[in-house]
Amino acid sequence: MEQPQPHAAAKVELPKPAALQETRPRKTSAEPGTLIFDVQNVSIFYGPFKAVTDVTMPIYENEITAFIGSSGSGKSTVLRSFNRMNDLVPGARVEGEMSYRGESLYDGDVSATAVRRRIGMVFQKPNPFPKSIYDNVAYGPRINGIRSKRKLDAIVENSLRKAALWDEVKNRLNSSGLSLSGGQAQRLCIARTIAVEPDVVLMDEPASALDPIATHAIEDLMLELKQQYTIVVVTHNMQQATRVSDRTAVFYVLTDEKSDTRTGVLVEYGTTEQIFQDPQDPRTQAYVTGRMG
Amino acid sequence: MASATGQRAANLREPAGWRRTKNRIATIAMWIAFVLVIVPLGFVLYTVIAKGASVISWQFLTSEIPPSVLPANVGGMGPAVLGTIEITALAAVLAVPLGVLGAIYLNEYGGRNWLTSFIGFMADVMTGVPSIIMGLFIFAVWVLHFGFSGLAGAFALGCLMLPIVIRSTQEMLRLVPDSLREGSYALGASKSRVTLTVAVPAALGGIVSGVLLAVARAAGETAPLLFTILTVTAANPNVFSGANTSLPSQIFVNASSPYPGAQARGWGAALTLIAIAFILMIAARFITARFARYQH
Amino acid sequence: MSAATQADQAAPGAIPAGGLIGRRGLADRSFQWLALAAGLLVLVILVLIAASTTQQAASWFSAEGWGIFGTVWDPAANKFGATPFIYGTAITGIIALVMAVPVSVAIALLLTEVVPFRLARPIVYVVDLLAVVPSVVWGLWGILVFAPWIQHIYASIGSAVNGIPVLGSLFGPPTSGASFFTAGIILAFMITPIVTSLSREVIATVPAVDREGAYALGATRWEMIRGVVWPHSQGGVVGAVLLGLGRAMGETIAAALVIGSSPSITSHLFATGYNMPAVIANQFGESTGVFKAGLMGLGVLLFAFTIIVNVLARGAVERSARRKRGA
Repeated sequence: MEQPQPHAAAKVELPKPAALQETRPRKTSAEPGTLIFDVQNVSIFYGPFKAVTDVTMPIYENEITAFIGSSGSGKSTVLRSFNRMNDLVPGARVEGEMSYRGESLYDGDVSATAVRRRIGMVFQKPNPFPKSIYDNVAYGPRINGIRSKRKLDAIVENSLRKAALWDEVKNRLNSSGLSLSGGQAQRLCIARTIAVEPDVVLMDEPASALDPIATHAIEDLMLELKQQYTIVVVTHNMQQATRVSDRTAVFYVLTDEKSDTRTGVLVEYGTTEQIFQDPQDPRTQAYVTGRMG
Repeated sequence: MASATGQRAANLREPAGWRRTKNRIATIAMWIAFVLVIVPLGFVLYTVIAKGASVISWQFLTSEIPPSVLPANVGGMGPAVLGTIEITALAAVLAVPLGVLGAIYLNEYGGRNWLTSFIGFMADVMTGVPSIIMGLFIFAVWVLHFGFSGLAGAFALGCLMLPIVIRSTQEMLRLVPDSLREGSYALGASKSRVTLTVAVPAALGGIVSGVLLAVARAAGETAPLLFTILTVTAANPNVFSGANTSLPSQIFVNASSPYPGAQARGWGAALTLIAIAFILMIAARFITARFARYQH
Repeated sequence: MSAATQADQAAPGAIPAGGLIGRRGLADRSFQWLALAAGLLVLVILVLIAASTTQQAASWFSAEGWGIFGTVWDPAANKFGATPFIYGTAITGIIALVMAVPVSVAIALLLTEVVPFRLARPIVYVVDLLAVVPSVVWGLWGILVFAPWIQHIYASIGSAVNGIPVLGSLFGPPTSGASFFTAGIILAFMITPIVTSLSREVIATVPAVDREGAYALGATRWEMIRGVVWPHSQGGVVGAVLLGLGRAMGETIAAALVIGSSPSITSHLFATGYNMPAVIANQFGESTGVFKAGLMGLGVLLFAFTIIVNVLARGAVERSARRKRGA
């Protein structure tokens, strides 16, 4: 099948038809790098409701870790606990140990804003500020105290380049961030996130609101970014998980018949290759074989 | 009309007789109500424009206020225009920042606890407090100690504007989607930064529009000024000390005057006042249309 | 960034010596307190209003005791009974409501049920224009144009009903165009925008499915309004009416100019009269001692009445909104 020539201005390649797509998951080195997040027996509560029960897992540096599982299984809840975003929900509470590079995330005197400066997040629905494209990207550095126009210009260009958006917007940096298409807006949000030079980038279903071409662009971006950042991504799209992630965590909704309660649990965690080609837990098997794409 | 089977043929016309008539009467009554509103409005506007236009001129807007007995073509309402502008502007400077901050508390920090609902409820109740009460209040706590001044009048007008600005600003902040705030939090901004650099700017068009309407309302108020600025006829550019005057105050005085000259100047002042209120209203609608991103 | 902690100020991305530890910045916490103070300002002002005006009126309360509700207000004779003004406030309020409420509700129904969407905007603009006219301009027009004109009408009505039992005492011949009734009419003009706008909000919350259900049964529009819209929005419309009453009670300047400025308790609606805010406006400037305290006291009473009416009104509107939300 002939590949269409990439357009000079766009970096996006048209994806191959689904039938010919590579579904074999990527190979991950068995030797993991530095431990970024260490999650030990973590349970997360929203008021009296136990959303997630007893999760234990490691997240390694410069890898893409995917969280998959059905709705309500706690994937986003665990993701948001990495950067203390659950704090914004009244009554949210974390039990267990969660640490980042050896520092506890939930000790009493930990500053949530300090955490979020190092651990960034991209949301499901792109949420550019109603400011100019320039001001969107410069927002993070500005609140970090960077005022010099020269430095900001450099950071903005750098971040937009890394987010594969620079060529499309370099002539209209002053136009509103809201004037971008869905895929562009999401790349803007990614540029905004990496402009503060975080250590980790969390992504909560970053491409689920986008069309297939934009999705492809985001996935390419993720693979590039992982060289510099650690990425954890929640996704409903299993092919996406196989395409981009090194490790995969499978979540599941556990229903307690007696008390009629639901909670999310982690049923299996391993390299993506192993999860998809040799799943151990029967629930994982059911999930990865029952739902293709 | 019976068909072969004995059933009545389907009657697709409107319900017969009395029901239809009642419906017609009701609809006509509603339109009559609207006309009943247009008529006095039209009369007032027509009268003000007709009687005021003959008096209005640039000279009118800048000349001294003459003794009432003098005819219409003498003098003008200069001091009153100055007073209205100064006092209303000062009232806005006092009320708007406090009102916006109060709305920020209610919407961003207050959450859904009882205190927030109570403050919001009492702010609504406060908008119904007669404006003369604000005048009496400032008289009691300020004028008795510090004398009459434009500042006292500004305090009274500020009390009037405060709950209006709070409620309209709160409404505009409520309309800003939370996803914007989340994006800012995720970049490591503190709550005050999130509010001031993302939420408020996003709501700014609506906030400004609400402020303009509150200013228009304050500019037209007479009662709060009665016992705080002590209507005089001399111009007083110093808004912080000494009695002052304003357009509504002068209209009030001239309305009870038997002299046609004073009455004519009153109409001129009325036209000026309505023009100011009208311009502010148009500006508010314009800003809403162009700049208010999140609307109902 | 002055209040940022050590942790925040380290180079982005790197873990500083202090780790992730840090307290909330001083600026951030101060801002929250500042915003809270501004929010509480509303309550503080309301309390201060009550306290300061009551204190100023103290000598009236002590001089008259329960006589503050006396029926004679005569400064020269040192008698300061408030009832003529309370009566005037009530009468003009009722007249205003009787005229404004049907018109306002009718317009609200017009806007929600009859008029197509695009035509609604201009109609709303026109009604809002009523609110743009300042009180003093209503008063100016009222006393210089409206009152002289309507005096003729009063005179005709007065002579027409002369001798008829009830109507005769209500609508006798006038002494001038300024009267309870004139004030009531002007107040009706002034409260129409707010009653209309609030009624419209309330009526608009009636669920479309209920409306459609009535139409599907073959109801005419009027029947639908009576059967579906009215029961649903009753409570809220009552709230809107109370709000209009509060507004009418407190409206000062227009009333001061056209009510006739003579305290009287009479059923003759075309007679000159007085109400609470009007007498305060007209006489406060020259009053002293107990007289002044009495006028302040009228202010206290007016404040109390309007607070009560507004609390009831907002409560009614709130309850109707809550019912709609299904809470």
